Amino acid sequence: MTKTVRVASGQGFWGDSLDAPRQQAEGGQIDYLMLDYLAEVTMSILQKQKERDPSTGYARDFVGAIDSVLTGITERGVRVIANAGGVNPPACASAIRQLAHSKSVSDKVRIAVVTGDDLLGDLDRLLDSGHPLANMESGESLATIRDEVLSANAYIGSTPIVEGLGRGANIVITGRSTDTALTMAPLRHEFGWGPTDWDLLAAGIIAGHILECGAQCSGGNCLHDWRSIPDLANVGYPIAEASADGSFVVMKHPGTGGRISVPSVTEQLVYEMGDPREYITPDVVADFTTIQLESDGDNRVRVSGIKGRPATDKLKVSIAYRAGFKAIGTLVYSWPDALEKAQLADRILRERLDRLGLHFDEVLTEFVGVSATHGSLAGQQADYPEVQLRVGVRSRNKGAVERFSREIAPLVLNGPPGVTGFAGGRPKTEEIVAYWPALIDKSVVSTHVEMV
Amino acid sequence: MKIRLLDIAHARSGDKGDTANVGLIALRPEWYGLLVEHVTRDAVRAHFMGAITGDVDRFELPNLNALNFLLHGALGGGGTLSLKTDAQGKVYSTALLRMIIEVPDGEARTSGLSPSDSAA
Repeated sequence: MTKTVRVASGQGFWGDSLDAPRQQAEGGQIDYLMLDYLAEVTMSILQKQKERDPSTGYARDFVGAIDSVLTGITERGVRVIANAGGVNPPACASAIRQLAHSKSVSDKVRIAVVTGDDLLGDLDRLLDSGHPLANMESGESLATIRDEVLSANAYIGSTPIVEGLGRGANIVITGRSTDTALTMAPLRHEFGWGPTDWDLLAAGIIAGHILECGAQCSGGNCLHDWRSIPDLANVGYPIAEASADGSFVVMKHPGTGGRISVPSVTEQLVYEMGDPREYITPDVVADFTTIQLESDGDNRVRVSGIKGRPATDKLKVSIAYRAGFKAIGTLVYSWPDALEKAQLADRILRERLDRLGLHFDEVLTEFVGVSATHGSLAGQQADYPEVQLRVGVRSRNKGAVERFSREIAPLVLNGPPGVTGFAGGRPKTEEIVAYWPALIDKSVVSTHVEMV
Repeated sequence: MKIRLLDIAHARSGDKGDTANVGLIALRPEWYGLLVEHVTRDAVRAHFMGAITGDVDRFELPNLNALNFLLHGALGGGGTLSLKTDAQGKVYSTALLRMIIEVPDGEARTSGLSPSDSAA
């Protein structure tokens, strides 16, 4: 029989189901468990944590996840790949080392740590040596917000992960690697795909794209025929059962809920997509218009025919920076005339903000239940049982945002009638951490793999 | 014959900075042609007029019976800057499915649509 390799997805983001890694490791045979913890905003949160305590800065859920799958790792040879390292992969590795020690399995746990993605300490040198790190959307140079930068990480491809697996690691911890590389790396390792096998690499990337959001491809958040999707409380996370020729089957463990079908996989394929002919990663440019999907039995979808092209000479860099403050306040107005009351409250609030002389970069009013998600496309009904007034403000001036927060509650007694929903107290003033996407020459970023 | 997209397609959306993407997928392969023909870039731009500040791009994926749209300037600055309930564009997909297209009766019959599918 032709060799197949099973890569299972056990986390789609930091905050995902705590049980999913164990369900994947114990629900049936798998070879690799892939855990994706990082989103754009996550990196800056982790950076803030690390500033307060240098032993943190990684996804702490990962320690619990490893604890829950130790049997799979040490007895059944399941290997784990995760970008749980965040902005501090070595600290993450030492937490796992400590865990292994406390469970007396230290000799059976071999950890590879991938570093080199963190560019925060190199930013000035990079800017000085002619790398503008210009914003990919606005074109502005990073110099304009240099003093506000909290974190800067290059998206690393699969190569260092493959190296870690080659050196015998059964747990590979990375920082900001691409989500897709976590799935592709074990396939490269197992099948010996070379760095210029573009079609095969593209297949690995697309397997990664399907798996990277966890259960979002196996029935979660699936619009197609959503009423008939069974047992989401016990949803099975996806597994790619891959072959050396680059084809793979998306499946899940027997006895789990959810559904894997051509429509559910298609929905995941189009998620967060740009130009489908150019899905750019550090490893390869994948072409989504070449993907062929077919049903391969119950909860199995076969994916084949994928084409890829040579990678570019750039890496994407994810930079987080401080960009002022915001607060969002809400009140609920009830029938009769719920919308009219909420609209009057909004006018009163704005007039008070004006009288106070407060200035904001943006004031946004939404009427939840009427126009918050679909705007004017939704049209209006004759009468609403309730409408939530939701007002947000944004400013560089923290004081103005805090003052706004104090103007919501008084409306309960001095505004329109029929109001409730204020039990949460004053809106919280939050610091905004904004996202700055940039590109950098691959040649100036070097990664390192260390066994610890 | 007026057809609501919800009745012939499903969709998922997400974010890329201040841009929302909407993948629109035909419920049956034979309806993909209707999407290509009638859910044009101009039609989608008109549908979202006032809701987005930028332009619309459209891409075809005949292999998946799907179209992908990029709605620029859709998210109030995007991600953490945005004050919107839907700061990450998660439900622009269903907002697009509200769209109604006008399909000539002959073409509708060829595509296997019956008057009972009409949104009118």
